[in-house]
Amino acid sequence: MKLVENAAGRMVPDEINGKEAVPFRGVGKHRPTGRKYAPPIATCIDFPEDNNKVVGSLKEALVRCGLKDGMTVSTHHHLRDGDLVSNQIFAIASELGVKDLVWLPSASFPCNDPVIEYLENGTVNRIEGSMNGPLGMFVSDGKMKGMAVLRSHGGRVQAIQDGEVKIDIAILAAPAADSFGNARGTGGPSATGVIGYAKPDYLYADKVIVVTDNLVDLPCFPMEVEGNYVDYVVVVDKIGIPEKIVSGTTQITKSPDRLLIAELTASFLEKSGLLRNGATMQAGAGGTSLAIAVFVHQMLRKKGWKFRFGFGGSTKYMVDMLEEGQMGYILDAQAFDLDSVKSIEKNLNHIPYPVFNAYNYHSKGNLTTMMDIMILGATEIDTNFNGNVVTHSDGLLLHGIGGWQNCLHARNVIIPVPLFRDRIPVIVDRVTTLCGPGELIDVIITERGIAINPRRQDLIDSVKGKGLPLVTIEELKETAEKICGKPEKAAFDERVVAAIKWVDGTVIDAVRKVKR
Amino acid sequence: MKQAITGNAGPKVRSDIEVTLELTESGGIELNIKSKVKTMYGRAIEEQCRYLLDYFGITNGKLSVNDSGALPFVISARIEAAVKTLTGTTKSYIPEMLPENMYSSSRDRYRFSRLYLPGNSPGMFLNAGLHSPDGIILDLEDSVAPDRKDEARILVRNGLRAVNFYGAERMIRINQGERGLEDLEVLIPHNVQLVLIPKCENGETVRTVDNKIKQIKTGLGQTETVFLMPIIESAAGVEHATEIATASDSVVALAIGLEDYTADLGVQRTKEGKESLYARNRLVVACKAAGIQPIDSVFSDVGDMEGLLQNVLSSKAMGFEGMGCIHPRQIAVIREGFSPSPEETEKAKKIVVAYRDALEKGLGVVALGTKMIDPPVVARAEKTITLAVRLGLLPENWMEEDKS
Repeated sequence: MKLVENAAGRMVPDEINGKEAVPFRGVGKHRPTGRKYAPPIATCIDFPEDNNKVVGSLKEALVRCGLKDGMTVSTHHHLRDGDLVSNQIFAIASELGVKDLVWLPSASFPCNDPVIEYLENGTVNRIEGSMNGPLGMFVSDGKMKGMAVLRSHGGRVQAIQDGEVKIDIAILAAPAADSFGNARGTGGPSATGVIGYAKPDYLYADKVIVVTDNLVDLPCFPMEVEGNYVDYVVVVDKIGIPEKIVSGTTQITKSPDRLLIAELTASFLEKSGLLRNGATMQAGAGGTSLAIAVFVHQMLRKKGWKFRFGFGGSTKYMVDMLEEGQMGYILDAQAFDLDSVKSIEKNLNHIPYPVFNAYNYHSKGNLTTMMDIMILGATEIDTNFNGNVVTHSDGLLLHGIGGWQNCLHARNVIIPVPLFRDRIPVIVDRVTTLCGPGELIDVIITERGIAINPRRQDLIDSVKGKGLPLVTIEELKETAEKICGKPEKAAFDERVVAAIKWVDGTVIDAVRKVKR
Repeated sequence: MKQAITGNAGPKVRSDIEVTLELTESGGIELNIKSKVKTMYGRAIEEQCRYLLDYFGITNGKLSVNDSGALPFVISARIEAAVKTLTGTTKSYIPEMLPENMYSSSRDRYRFSRLYLPGNSPGMFLNAGLHSPDGIILDLEDSVAPDRKDEARILVRNGLRAVNFYGAERMIRINQGERGLEDLEVLIPHNVQLVLIPKCENGETVRTVDNKIKQIKTGLGQTETVFLMPIIESAAGVEHATEIATASDSVVALAIGLEDYTADLGVQRTKEGKESLYARNRLVVACKAAGIQPIDSVFSDVGDMEGLLQNVLSSKAMGFEGMGCIHPRQIAVIREGFSPSPEETEKAKKIVVAYRDALEKGLGVVALGTKMIDPPVVARAEKTITLAVRLGLLPENWMEEDKS
């Protein structure tokens, strides 16, 4: 393996875990060739005539799937911090003496920290997915055997579809399923509303196991997972801890400073004309995003306007817009709170919409380019508008990419962030890790001013002379450094511990082991 | 005393630093730095610690800091306070004054909202001005624990210099009695524009504070007035409202503090406020007679914005011209409440236009439709217009714009 400079000027490995990797070539510059990956052909001969695929335990299912050294197993994070299934897979593998598994989660949560034990004992070679908190720290300290690979939600779909990652066994936790393997996200004690991340896995994996704590009579309808793709069904007591799967209610921020940023963002949307009747919008479930949604909702109501649709992660605040007539549809890959789960169950205009359809860059178009207003976060933004979402300024890998990279393709990407967190500037001269190129990031909104990307003269013109605190990104950086002092850069070892993929499968940056 | 601890640490503390200093006989300086931002600022913090110890002439000692992202002005305040506790030094390390803070105030500026900040909690200092209150109060009195008063005073002094107030009137609330006068000694030199005098009960207290400030200002060769806002918080204070309001030309407003006032009366404070009706009326009348601003008490339920707005509207109806805030989210509600409503502005415009027309035509009587308008009505309308223009609710040339 050697390091090569990619089109963004970052040194990245040309080989990841023994496989050749393509360095980032620029936005829209990499053209894939060949055909999509395909799983082996299955036959009904191998399945019971009554189509009852229920087996005794997860262990039995894994053994029947032929779990062995070096395999790739995949899971999904719709159970979020309440996931009781993923860790079990590795406990079973460890007990069976299986080594060097590759774990491909769509995201991991603090509840997955016990996987560290299986990384340490050799059961798991590496994680290809998001790593938060202690798992990220474990990677940053160079303790993981293989190289971590971080992909966006859409990048994960792309990698599976293109055959960059071959899933041997996909394990789908389902809030409701029937004995044939049809499954959905609503109903039962562990309802998630949507199973938004599993589609590429059941389409492309060699073997598929559905795990449920709510076996329903055939047919489990409306199914998000189709039983024809499923090998085994496992019934367990509990797949998740309900109060950790969804929040009772997601809370808008109480911080006056964050509310100020949210107000400024709403005001920017109004004055720029981006907020208009028939627009489309996506915002996350962070406290600031929720506050923006509330302010925007008030504006729409006052003007009698309506969003054409919004893309979830859905929250109570989007559901309010849907129910009160300020949003036509919610397309939803993930429900963040109980109001959203209930809304999916009862409202035909609240539609489960997997990231498979929304975010895949190697697809015949996708949803994100249809979004007018995209509200995102970042740990760092630099003076070239480049963004970082995975590491902190101290160099530690602490977050996944989520759908962030995919969402950058929206028409107007707006990032509301505080200028500094405690003493740590968010606007810096060079991002610690490059996750998104600045040419896709349009507006940075801080409590001390709004910087618009000079590439977006149209946006600059739209808000000129309208009383908004417009500044340049350099001015923001200087203000931050004037208040906080100039921060030193994190020190790294040479060793690459994680590769950051771009939406097209190329390598946009690498994370190195931190020097302690 | 051998060891001093200043500042704050803990899971909920942000932007502060806890400093533990111990003086030793020999062995040089032993430094122990724990910081949330060590990677980015560890070296800067160490340099600052060493510089300050050297500045204060400490050559032997153990300094441990537990930092949650404190800015340099906080770090130096905490270390200075620790050194002062142990050595009693009169030396101070004073940070540079931000040029942005060198603006002045004026007697008749609006004081709708003034935001209280606890003087020993630096995390709230930095962004306070961004919420656009009319005034920011760095409080040394009730919001600071008795054993933290000394370190808070140093922190407030540094804050007055290093924190951008973004144009808000720069206010401090001093302690009562002798300690309050010491607060003035330390803080007045740093462009304090208004001093709140807590639990004021007579004109003598006002004059004592005023004289002390004038003496400090003269010593510094500075001439601008530091304004005073005595706070009436007792029955005796209410009885002496006029005396207090007229005790000095520096007094620009009286505020009422209803928590202490109702406690003094031995009654519960209610949302309707019947129990304080007389006191509030009395204060308004005393202020209007003295030509100064009456300012209402804070509304303590920070979650109830609707209740706050109702409170503001009834305050305004009683003649109050401002209110204290204890949370930045209250500022906009208070400003909106005290601002002229669109209907008020429209009516005032008509009256003023009718008055100008009458003047131009040389008419002795002003009429709007069939209704005669008395001079005080015109005067009130002009006040409303001035206010609307200053708040940006009306353009300055509204009369021409209306004609075209």
